[in-house]
Amino acid sequence: MFVTIKGHPDPETGFIFDAKKLGGLINEKVIEKLDHRNLNIDVDFMKGKLCSIENLVMGIWQELEPHLPPPVQLHCLKLVETAKIFVEYYGDK
Amino acid sequence: MGKKVAIFRKEHFNSAHRLFNADWDDEKNMEVFGKCALPNYHGHNYELIVKIIGEPDEKTGYVMDLKKLSDLVKEKIIERFDHKNLNLDTEEFKNLNPTAENIVVVIYELLRPHIPKEKDLQIRLYETPRNFLEYPV
Repeated sequence: MFVTIKGHPDPETGFIFDAKKLGGLINEKVIEKLDHRNLNIDVDFMKGKLCSIENLVMGIWQELEPHLPPPVQLHCLKLVETAKIFVEYYGDK
Repeated sequence: MGKKVAIFRKEHFNSAHRLFNADWDDEKNMEVFGKCALPNYHGHNYELIVKIIGEPDEKTGYVMDLKKLSDLVKEKIIERFDHKNLNLDTEEFKNLNPTAENIVVVIYELLRPHIPKEKDLQIRLYETPRNFLEYPV
């Protein structure tokens, strides 16, 4: 999974968002819920949905996006299912 | 002996599995296998590399016809394991923990009878891009 955020670098830090903190947030909100789990059975935000990569990327967006501190914006989620199959999602705005 | 050449065929399959020892309780299984022991299984994109070593045939120039090798790997391995739950859907892992170690040995044993005796066979299996194994060594 590739997470792209966008925004203006903070004048004091030069960061859009501390990449270490972003990594921690992704682990906490997404990886902990998905890794080594059965998407059909174990994952609350996929309940009642078909576990296509399309639905999964949209589900992950909904899990992650609310936790990014403004003005940081989630720009793109890229999810790689196999070496030849991947999706990109840019939100529904 | 100087003419030996190694040829490789790369294939791909996805399987679900769960690592656990039926003789142990859940606590012990979680302690040893961690998340890999979770009861509802998890999946891997396995990359399989089949290596054949031999001297090219004088008439064909082939160590082995790669199309035939490809068909063989698809028939014997990919058909058997692709999109399957290794623990539930395969005979080979009904009573054998489907670790990458055991999978690589099983794949070797399944292919070996179909490769000419004078050729050497070696299997490399990637369970993840960073975790991979070879058999035999």
